[in-house]
Amino acid sequence: MPGNPLTGFTHRRRRGAELFLIVISLIVGIGAYAAVGLGVEGTVPADIVGYGGWLAVLVIVCHIVVRMTAPYADPVLLPVVAALNGLGLAMIHRIDLANLEQNSDAHTFARTQLMWMTLGVLIFIAVLVFLRDHRRLQAFTFTSGLAAIVLLLLPLMPVLGTQINGARIWIHLGPFSFQPGEIAKVLLVIFFAGYLVLHRDALALAGRRVMGIDLPRGRDLGPILVMWLISLGILVFQRDLGSSLLFFGLFLVMLYVATERPGWLIVGGLLFVGGAYAGYLLFGHVQARVGAWLDPFGSKYDSYQIVQGMYGQAWGGLVGRGLGQGDPTLIPFSYSDFIIAAIGEELGLTGVMAVIMLYGLIVERALRTALVCRDAFGKLVATGLAVVFALQVFVVIGGVTKLIPLTGLTTPFMSYGGSSLVANWAIIALLLRISDQARRPLPDLTGSMDEDATQVVNIR
Amino acid sequence: MNKPIRTMAIFCMALFLALLVNSTYLQYLEADELNSHNDNKRVRDAEFSRERGAILVGGDSVAESVPTKDQFKFQRRYPQAQKYAHLTGYYSYTYGRNAVELTQNDILSGSDPRLFVNRVVDMFGNSQPKGGDVSLTIDPKAQEAAYQGLRDLGGPDIKGAVVALDPSTGAILANVSSPSYDPNLLASHRLSTLPDVWKRLSNDPERPMLNRGIQEIYPPGSTFKLVTAAAALSSGQYTPDSKVPGGTSLDLPLTDTNLPNENGMSCGGDKITLTQALQVSCNVAFGWLGMQIGDAALREQAQKFGFGDKYLDDLNDQAVSRFPAKLDEPQTALSAIGQFDVAATPLQMAMVTAGIANGGTVMKPYLVDEVRSPDLEVLDKANPEPYRSAVSSSVARDLTQMMIEVVDRGTGTTAQIPGIKVAGKTGTAQSSVDRNPYAWFVSFAPADDPKVAVAVLVEDAGVARDAISGSGLAAPIAKRVMEAVINK
Repeated sequence: MPGNPLTGFTHRRRRGAELFLIVISLIVGIGAYAAVGLGVEGTVPADIVGYGGWLAVLVIVCHIVVRMTAPYADPVLLPVVAALNGLGLAMIHRIDLANLEQNSDAHTFARTQLMWMTLGVLIFIAVLVFLRDHRRLQAFTFTSGLAAIVLLLLPLMPVLGTQINGARIWIHLGPFSFQPGEIAKVLLVIFFAGYLVLHRDALALAGRRVMGIDLPRGRDLGPILVMWLISLGILVFQRDLGSSLLFFGLFLVMLYVATERPGWLIVGGLLFVGGAYAGYLLFGHVQARVGAWLDPFGSKYDSYQIVQGMYGQAWGGLVGRGLGQGDPTLIPFSYSDFIIAAIGEELGLTGVMAVIMLYGLIVERALRTALVCRDAFGKLVATGLAVVFALQVFVVIGGVTKLIPLTGLTTPFMSYGGSSLVANWAIIALLLRISDQARRPLPDLTGSMDEDATQVVNIR
Repeated sequence: MNKPIRTMAIFCMALFLALLVNSTYLQYLEADELNSHNDNKRVRDAEFSRERGAILVGGDSVAESVPTKDQFKFQRRYPQAQKYAHLTGYYSYTYGRNAVELTQNDILSGSDPRLFVNRVVDMFGNSQPKGGDVSLTIDPKAQEAAYQGLRDLGGPDIKGAVVALDPSTGAILANVSSPSYDPNLLASHRLSTLPDVWKRLSNDPERPMLNRGIQEIYPPGSTFKLVTAAAALSSGQYTPDSKVPGGTSLDLPLTDTNLPNENGMSCGGDKITLTQALQVSCNVAFGWLGMQIGDAALREQAQKFGFGDKYLDDLNDQAVSRFPAKLDEPQTALSAIGQFDVAATPLQMAMVTAGIANGGTVMKPYLVDEVRSPDLEVLDKANPEPYRSAVSSSVARDLTQMMIEVVDRGTGTTAQIPGIKVAGKTGTAQSSVDRNPYAWFVSFAPADDPKVAVAVLVEDAGVARDAISGSGLAAPIAKRVMEAVINK
């Protein structure tokens, strides 16, 4: 059969292309690790074989799992993620070395981060192996919503939760610390998608028209609004500006995509402006962030971190100082939220642009998956994941480069942090699963089945 | 749902585009500005670890970077620290830069656009960029003469300053200020020692870091009579032979007080010539003269020599010399003899002298003669330029003749150099009753073909009050400096 009767086009598997791109991304990741050793100590690191081997094994295993369980999946996503993760690891290792130079007892992050990456890859494999059809997730709509709320509430619990750097978004379980918000992000996307698929017609069509905007019925809007208020409320109490922004944007975009009503964007935009202004008036820490953004060189607000990040990036210039040649330890948290400033310092504008382009690729490939996806739920999940990813990258990189006020969020796949890494690997697995479904040729049903018979789709 | 998804794709693209544009702005367009911030530790560390260019005087370095093995790769050294401290300035990790280290920092650190080609070559050749050298106009012999001249008066604690100029170019040939300090202490890499050194130097009541030649103004006393004489001659109503009063004191209108002469005696008769008046530094004559020509003419003449203006680019924090605005008659009389509220830097008085020596044209003073790239290619050479035309050449000739009389048989005989005609003027300025007066001497030589103009100020030599005079303290130093330049 020359093509799909519905689209007239059959996607090719392109797994060979994926493998080729993965080899390139491994060269980037392992090469960066070697360059760090050369730049700091003058020799290629002694553990390059073990480290490089481990990284290669992880990524190749992912590739094999994709080949077996999702052969039609998008071939670009995995290599891009591998490149970002490898580069992030090399950068964290570089900052470790700089810290060790100043203090031989300094805490190092690279090894733990590699462990987290391993866990992320395991989750990735688990998602692909056990979730053979993403539509099954639709059955867990409300479970996901509930789980998300519980996860978001956990850090507020007296024993579990810990306040770190002013934000109460961490829980501690024995030796592990965890940011449940990162996982809640994925669960919220599933909840919104599942709910909107069922209610989008009602939201779009039923209801009254007020001032040119179609207002939906309260009972359709109710649960989702409650959900949104709860998540925002929690975040306000946890003082986590970045996540508030992220969840609100996610909610708005998914509502818009599901109902196809641009009016939601206008209403939401106004709500956002109002909420942001109220937040600015009500909360000292919001004022401090905005103040430091507007006037980083005044002494009124504590802007040391953002100023150091800007100095680092300016110092990097067009091509950077070279890995191991800069001073990224001058920037507080250069291994986590501010890793892009460290990239800017050592790899220059060139490196920063490459990283931003890689993130852009992930987002646009995810949206492309949403476009070709055949079911509404898959479309919404893919769009939601793409948008939440794009917003997160924008909020954190924009904050570090002083485009917008700084809010604490991790840089996906690069910042140090287990929860973020694991959650993002799960997001990629979901996207691959959806794209595999979307790109897979339709089964040839012509003739073999009675045209009038009802088709049964097993979604469980 | 595909239409909103496409919209979101465009929206996300816009987000990433904004990130790209913003990082370009930050890392390319705004980078130079951010790199110039004082609290930018990276830039400071890198600049500190770079081989900074030398500051040269007569081919020898007075500031140089030598390799070290500590956290920065090069240590700044000042081999003739005390003698050149106020010219080189310091280069300190914690306290920044001063003097030539400050004004020529771009060349010395290697960040000047004129060194761009070198930087590119260094980048591709993978060698550390180096700074360029700065060569000063200082004549090492004149500088030594000025430095030793001040020291011989009263050791390292004497307060005073010497500024010598080449009258025909404006090049600064010597600039010494005393007491001095050791910039090596501020350039030390033992960063923990810096705050103490800094506190000691900046809290010292003798203010050793102050360049008294350029950064402080003093009442110029009788040396200002040159400006008054210049104004009088330029008015066309007076010649060197004009008769002026020369009695024992001048009655000041509007007040009960009289203006006496320095020694309380007559200047040599009731009527003397202007030449005689300058020769004996007659307060009565010049006070009277000031009232005759008026404060406006005096002020205009002073401004033509540079009062009220900044003209020195090569050193920072130049003090502006002052001729007060709005004077009544007695104040004009006092101002005409360099008292009341008139105040000038030694550099300013050297410029008055150099302007007379140069036929009436004051040259713009400069200290940096040449800047060179690390491979000794000359990037820039100073180009002497006229600053202002202060007096006509005939007035300059008359004034020169009068100043020769001062040295030949007047108050300035101690500045005579055998075989060479010297033109000069002494000054002894009161600042307040309870402190010792300032001793001044300004001069140039040879009077017929001037090679050097010099101003010497002795603020406090630790000698008895009646021993303080321009002739006794300052003129011998001026003589040594002039000899050093002429006998090359």
